[in-house]
Amino acid sequence: MLALDRVGKTYPNGVNALERFSAEINLGEIVAIIGGSGCGKSTLLRAIAGLDPASTGSVTLDDIRISAPHEKIGIIFQEPRLLPWLSVADNIGFGLSHLPANVRREKVARALARVGLADKATAWPRELSGGQAQRVAIARALVPQPEVLLLDEPFSALDAFTRRDLQDHLLDLWADTRPTLILVTHDVDEAVVLADRVLVMRPRPGRLFEEIRVNLARPRDRNTPHFDNFKRRVLTALDRSLDRSVPDEAGKAGAGEAMWW
Amino acid sequence: MAMTIEAPALEQAAPPQRRSAWLRLRGWSRPALGLLLPLTLALGWEIYVALGYSNGRLVPPPTKVFSTIMELARSGELSRHVSATLMRVGLGFGVGVVAGTILGAISGYWGLARRLLDPTVQALRAIPSLAWVPLFILWLGIFETSKIALIAVGVFFPVYLGVMGGILSVDRKIVEVGRTFRLSGPAMIRRILLPAVLPSYVVALRVGLGLGWMFVVAAELMGASEGLGYLLLDGQQLGKPAQILAAIVIFAIIGKFTDWLIEVATAPLLRWQDAFGGSKGAA
Repeated sequence: MLALDRVGKTYPNGVNALERFSAEINLGEIVAIIGGSGCGKSTLLRAIAGLDPASTGSVTLDDIRISAPHEKIGIIFQEPRLLPWLSVADNIGFGLSHLPANVRREKVARALARVGLADKATAWPRELSGGQAQRVAIARALVPQPEVLLLDEPFSALDAFTRRDLQDHLLDLWADTRPTLILVTHDVDEAVVLADRVLVMRPRPGRLFEEIRVNLARPRDRNTPHFDNFKRRVLTALDRSLDRSVPDEAGKAGAGEAMWW
Repeated sequence: MAMTIEAPALEQAAPPQRRSAWLRLRGWSRPALGLLLPLTLALGWEIYVALGYSNGRLVPPPTKVFSTIMELARSGELSRHVSATLMRVGLGFGVGVVAGTILGAISGYWGLARRLLDPTVQALRAIPSLAWVPLFILWLGIFETSKIALIAVGVFFPVYLGVMGGILSVDRKIVEVGRTFRLSGPAMIRRILLPAVLPSYVVALRVGLGLGWMFVVAAELMGASEGLGYLLLDGQQLGKPAQILAAIVIFAIIGKFTDWLIEVATAPLLRWQDAFGGSKGAA
């Protein structure tokens, strides 16, 4: 279980990006974090990843305190960030350098086939389309079999078709080993289609505003009234989070669930 | 998943044999195009002199220059001068590259060293390198050491700047990928920084080599008993413009050749580059 206990982050320049963020996320859960710009979503994700450790509070994974990148936590960024001097296959195997070459080759080959890029093994990253490159990035992060996979607006740079395609593909891959997914997004549709829980944050300073459980069965059909209903709830919460006259819902209900409807 | 539409099917329509012949032709035509201008100029001057419009005494025609080179080659003088110059450039380049790489890497990687070292290096860089000559001659004598030192100084600065600038401009986002995979310091250098710096390092080496050739002329003009620079000076003092031009042509050929050596040696390491000039091999 990933436990976030009053996580806060103040940058050296005095900006208070994140304040007292608490949540408990179970293994295999998919959580979407959504909110307006400047609400500290990416700051939170980077704190969980151990890239920019929190300045107050703690992040613990199975009682191990995370203050630096950890082997059980993988991360996918908004850009694929592939290493341009490595072939697609070598990029996927980048995190497996401690394994013997034949094991690594086999794992990479399986991952390539799994993301549908078996024919691109020897290609350079520059030869891939945006969607293909992001699939390689997903494979690279998943191949070491992390317990927690963090995604920082992973599909926001892609066109709508590719985005949907990759959202479905991500769920498909997730079903293989069922890691915890924590996804930062500003796309309501994406949050509702993927997540078990949507955490709505509010800005200045960034903090948790509201938590919405999406209890829809998977695979989710984007064209049902239920789906629209959840989208509307998230949108309403987002609107309210930006209205300064509305007090923090999460604050009132403590760290637990705030089911105001 | 099957959303990306790719189009290799269209390209396969052309018969493969004709295509490869066409590619080969294009591969040859590229250097040929570069030779067109100098060859036309040389031929034009040759004809001009042959027709008697000029006596060609101060600007000898290409055949005269060529026969001078042949004569130097036959008497064994050419190889003596060329090897003397090559030796100086080689040693000076080697010393300059090693020093520039080490110091550039230190100040690129380590912020404290950069603040400590870089201002001094930049101040030294502002001095015209030829200003060192009297001092080097006093310190190191008039023979080989002072010449090699001068060449090394010329090579050092572009290499130092290239390495330091290359390290400083490595994309932070790529370094972050290394961090998420928990690379140790040496692994980060080997797997992220070195490959990322390589393109600018190659450019720095080529600029450094160019400066090395420039400074070897300066060094040899100031007093040498052999070397291509000596041929230049000798030609001037004895009024032999063909010998000067011969030396210049040989400088051009060897300079271009050594530059090409660096290019060819590093090309396999840089195939991944996605750049405007990178389409050379792919086209």
